Amino acid sequence: MFTAEHFLTVAISVGLCLGCAAAANAADLPGLGKPISEAELALWDISIGPDGKGLPPGSGTAAQGAAIYAQKCEACHGKDGHDGSNSVLINAPGKSGRTMALYVPNSTTIFDFVRRAMPWPQPKSLTNDEVYALTAYILAGNKIIGENDAMNAETLPKVQMPNRNAFVSRYPDKH
Amino acid sequence: MINKNERLASRLPDVAGNGLVDRRALLGRGMLFASAATAGIGSSLAAAAEPLPVDPWSKEPGTVIPPYGVPAKYESKVVRTLTNPNNEARTSNARTPHHLLDGTITPAGLHFVVARAGFPDIDPSKHRLVIHGLVKQPLVFDLEALSRYPKVTRIHFVECGGNSAPLYNKDPIQANVQAIHGLLSCSEWTGVRLSTLLEETGIDPKAKWLLAEGADAPSMNRSIPLAKALDDAMVALYQNGERINPAQGYPMRLLVPGYEGNMNVKWLHRIKLIEEPVMAINETLQYTYRVAGPKIWQFFFPMEVKSFITQPSPGLTLKGPGFYEISGLAYSGNGRIAKVMVSADGGKSWAEAALVEPVLSKALTRFRMPWRWDGQPVVLQSRAWDEAGNVQPTRSEMFAERGEPKVNTPVTAFPMGHMNVITSWAVDHNGEIKHVYG
Repeated sequence: MFTAEHFLTVAISVGLCLGCAAAANAADLPGLGKPISEAELALWDISIGPDGKGLPPGSGTAAQGAAIYAQKCEACHGKDGHDGSNSVLINAPGKSGRTMALYVPNSTTIFDFVRRAMPWPQPKSLTNDEVYALTAYILAGNKIIGENDAMNAETLPKVQMPNRNAFVSRYPDKH
Repeated sequence: MINKNERLASRLPDVAGNGLVDRRALLGRGMLFASAATAGIGSSLAAAAEPLPVDPWSKEPGTVIPPYGVPAKYESKVVRTLTNPNNEARTSNARTPHHLLDGTITPAGLHFVVARAGFPDIDPSKHRLVIHGLVKQPLVFDLEALSRYPKVTRIHFVECGGNSAPLYNKDPIQANVQAIHGLLSCSEWTGVRLSTLLEETGIDPKAKWLLAEGADAPSMNRSIPLAKALDDAMVALYQNGERINPAQGYPMRLLVPGYEGNMNVKWLHRIKLIEEPVMAINETLQYTYRVAGPKIWQFFFPMEVKSFITQPSPGLTLKGPGFYEISGLAYSGNGRIAKVMVSADGGKSWAEAALVEPVLSKALTRFRMPWRWDGQPVVLQSRAWDEAGNVQPTRSEMFAERGEPKVNTPVTAFPMGHMNVITSWAVDHNGEIKHVYG
């Protein structure tokens, strides 16, 4: 008989198991995952939190970024960040379109996306200094930071994004 | 001589305006033909048939059976439409041709795709899935190891958060089911419950979310609530009985049933347990929705209850008055479909459609509705309810909350997400079908 009391016991033991079991001592599980250290998977662990957690060492300015942009980004995104075949990154003078930097709530998203996905033909080929410089170039072009502000693990998370208060989470409630 | 089904069709009264017949006409029986005499409509069915010849394919041996079969050559138009056939430096969308399919399972080769940079050529013997972050013990799994775990098999739809976006246009866009609703598919998925793997790594109580990341060029990533991972998420290894199609995430993808398609991370290679969402590009710049307020909805996960008619639909011109089966798809990211109602008079009167068993949670459900078309203009609509009590909204109900669409966009644009409003098809005197707002 599967009583309510029995069910409670099972629920508690599952809870404990999730809380504390490691592969080696979970006798009823296959245990075929191999233990790995965070150091061994460091090259894969490229995600960055909105608080800047995970940002690597390095630094870059908008001027440094402009040179890299012209070489590696302009072909798709256009000269000075606009009028290319792909997304406008910096509005043309007199334009006020919704660019990535004017829309996303956190500056870290720009660094994270450029590092993991750009440039489109050779993602993950940029150095961390280059990614910081391109992030600075995009932020300065959108007038979110000053032309001479260096972006690094300390300064980037502190950048106040203009659209940060527009977002409303629908999880877990509807809105 | 009138057969049993013809007698039944002529006996059952219309249950809603413009010729909708009681769905019981379909139950437990095969094809149903309206009686031409009863409907008062001339029909070619009554004409004498030609004598039947012996066809050439019955008089010679057929073609060698191939190791892997493909559809008949006559079905060459049943293909996905591609927005980026040359794989230029942008996202590719491939849409499922629902107007040319029936049933509920999408063949893997016709499953919709949204891919940022094509699909990667992953050597399955070198692919790894690592689970780390706020766990007791980070673990790495190869495909062979995962294949030895206890597996589950479930049928679930996957729908892009931007599917049906063209319905958020000021004027009804003239496009077919594939263009409007084609970023939706349904498969039988087999894999390992994510909760099983997390039992082995252990979970730090601080973990509330997880980051799922693919091994594709842009390392597509999304933040997913841990509660969903422990509920019904799966690391899927098989699709419709065979290894997952390359464009669907070979050799493994995350499946978060009912949640927007982008969260079902393909080519899955990393899961990191975290405290807060990482604010990835796909949950900030993309898959967020500007609504009235103005505000932007973020972390809008379940694909809410929706239905649309696949047959008849634009491009499938009716061949004169008489009997037709109205058929379509209904689904909800919040559970099973409870009921689908169909209207042939633009929503003035409704009749309950037959649901094809099995009706499964977070899976496509086929609905069918017998219909005698009298040749006059009609507007066909469907509306679905799910077991959680959610009802598919009308356009005005949705826009009261989100704001009215003010512009017209190209059919491949995404002016809004999570568009589950009622779709209306107008049939004219000639049987031609257009998209209208009912």
